[in-house]
Amino acid sequence: MSTSAIIMMIIAMVTVWGGLAASAISLFRHPEQD
Amino acid sequence: MSDPAQSGATVAGGGRATRKPQRRESFAGRGAFLIAAIGSAVGLGNIWRFPYVAYSNGGGAFIVPYLVALLTAGIPLLFLDYAVGHKFRGSPPMALRRLHKRMEAIGWWQTLICWVIVIYYAVIIAWAIRYVGFSVTKTWGHDPEGFLTGSFLHVASNVDVEFHFVSGVFWPLLLLWLFVLAIMATGVEKGITRASWIFMPLLAVMFITLVIVALTLDGASVGLNALFTPSWGALGNYQVWMAAYGQIFFSLSVGFGIMVTYASYLKPKSDLTGSGLVVGFANSSFEILAGLGVFAALGFMATASGKPVSEVAGSGIGLAFIAFPQIISQAGAVGPVLGVLFFVSLVFAGITSMISLLEVVIAAFREKTGISRKAATWIIGGVTAIASIVLFPTTTGLNLLDVTDHFINNIGIVGVALLACLVISWALRKLPVLRDHLNEYSSFQVNKVWMALVSVVAPLVLLSLWITEIITVASKGYGEMPRNFVGIFGWGMSILVVVLAIVLSLIPWPHRSAIHHELTHEEELACENFQETEEGALS
Repeated sequence: MSTSAIIMMIIAMVTVWGGLAASAISLFRHPEQD
Repeated sequence: MSDPAQSGATVAGGGRATRKPQRRESFAGRGAFLIAAIGSAVGLGNIWRFPYVAYSNGGGAFIVPYLVALLTAGIPLLFLDYAVGHKFRGSPPMALRRLHKRMEAIGWWQTLICWVIVIYYAVIIAWAIRYVGFSVTKTWGHDPEGFLTGSFLHVASNVDVEFHFVSGVFWPLLLLWLFVLAIMATGVEKGITRASWIFMPLLAVMFITLVIVALTLDGASVGLNALFTPSWGALGNYQVWMAAYGQIFFSLSVGFGIMVTYASYLKPKSDLTGSGLVVGFANSSFEILAGLGVFAALGFMATASGKPVSEVAGSGIGLAFIAFPQIISQAGAVGPVLGVLFFVSLVFAGITSMISLLEVVIAAFREKTGISRKAATWIIGGVTAIASIVLFPTTTGLNLLDVTDHFINNIGIVGVALLACLVISWALRKLPVLRDHLNEYSSFQVNKVWMALVSVVAPLVLLSLWITEIITVASKGYGEMPRNFVGIFGWGMSILVVVLAIVLSLIPWPHRSAIHHELTHEEELACENFQETEEGALS
């Protein structure tokens, strides 16, 4: 794989999967109200 | 304060005694909603559409417009759907009627779109079920394309609608419908939630395994290189940006009632935006995973056949039922494993999305008629299943599916989402109310930026997609399909859906209907607060 492809692959993974992790952590830090 | 749910007071019956007020069905908790909503969003399009759209629209550079589209249209529209469904507690016709009585027709338009989609969507799952078995024996031999259109589907040479049934599709489709209707009849908690909790973790495990297997194949890096090599010039191309918005829009299942319906089953004090962010990013996360798996496999095929990736890359039915069988055949002993993982993933992703489409239809029918969920499921679900079984497992089903799918998505969904955005934002000016509702119990607060995205950015993008599509199809037709066939099952179907929606909205809501006896959001909140006060007093 070319360097630019590897960098873009990592950027895609970090932004999207990182966004999922960050949003999930943020949600579960706020307890559910009954 | 008296408990409205227990008071026995009659409601909205014009003085006539009606059924006791009752609380709406609900998800047991946030986790149940999240798994069901992610199950709905993650469907066939994530697996077979995203990878090729990304590859053909700038490769690695596509991540830029894709993220912009997710943050400026996908998630904001998801929040809008959640706000409408949760505040007005109903499937689209009831929720939108509670918002404003003239909005009901838009709600029925959304519902009928779900109805049309689920009728043909089921048959693709039935094909995938058969291909799980075919993968083990590589039944397609050396010609997967000839096998698909010939030995398997017996596709007729004429483009028409005929009723010559293909037993190899008919029976799995019938069993699939019985299975899904049985799930739907048991309700939100026991049916939808339980099915989502079974299928979604299995889908995640199987798809991750598929990706790992695909990445170990010779040539996988060739495919990934093709997918992620950025073509920065694409960022200046308007079509690439529209492709990104289109992918996000169709993939997230926003704008046509699914998320409105699911959000109506959330408890009154729910964190709507926090949940929306998780669903939005989970959907995109699965797309990135699909990109890795699909292009690693395509890279293997390109290497094995000595062709460039551009010649083997594709999407949709061609990718799943022609290219993947070729990959499975070339992958030796690993092939059947890859095939079973891929097609079972399609089945699981498809079933959870099918459930969400059908739930909109069943909920709308149940609410308007006031009959029980079980009765609504077997009546309207049965009618839907019969339409699906009569029209699609036939020798002419493939062309019908192709035309219907194209028009209901590009003309129907885009059109109704555009209209809903414009009417809610500009004609009724309800965005401030919906913003306040979103902010009431949510961890992520929305403000004027969200209102601008929903009222200006999303409508502009949707309008652009819609006008472009209408001009293209009106001037050039749809592919090589005969004009009269496209006229009837494309344009005719699209217009009929709108006319039917208007007719359904003109039918009065009977006294037994849900709009008269299911509690509104404010009443549900009052119930919860009352219960909390009572519990506090007792302790």
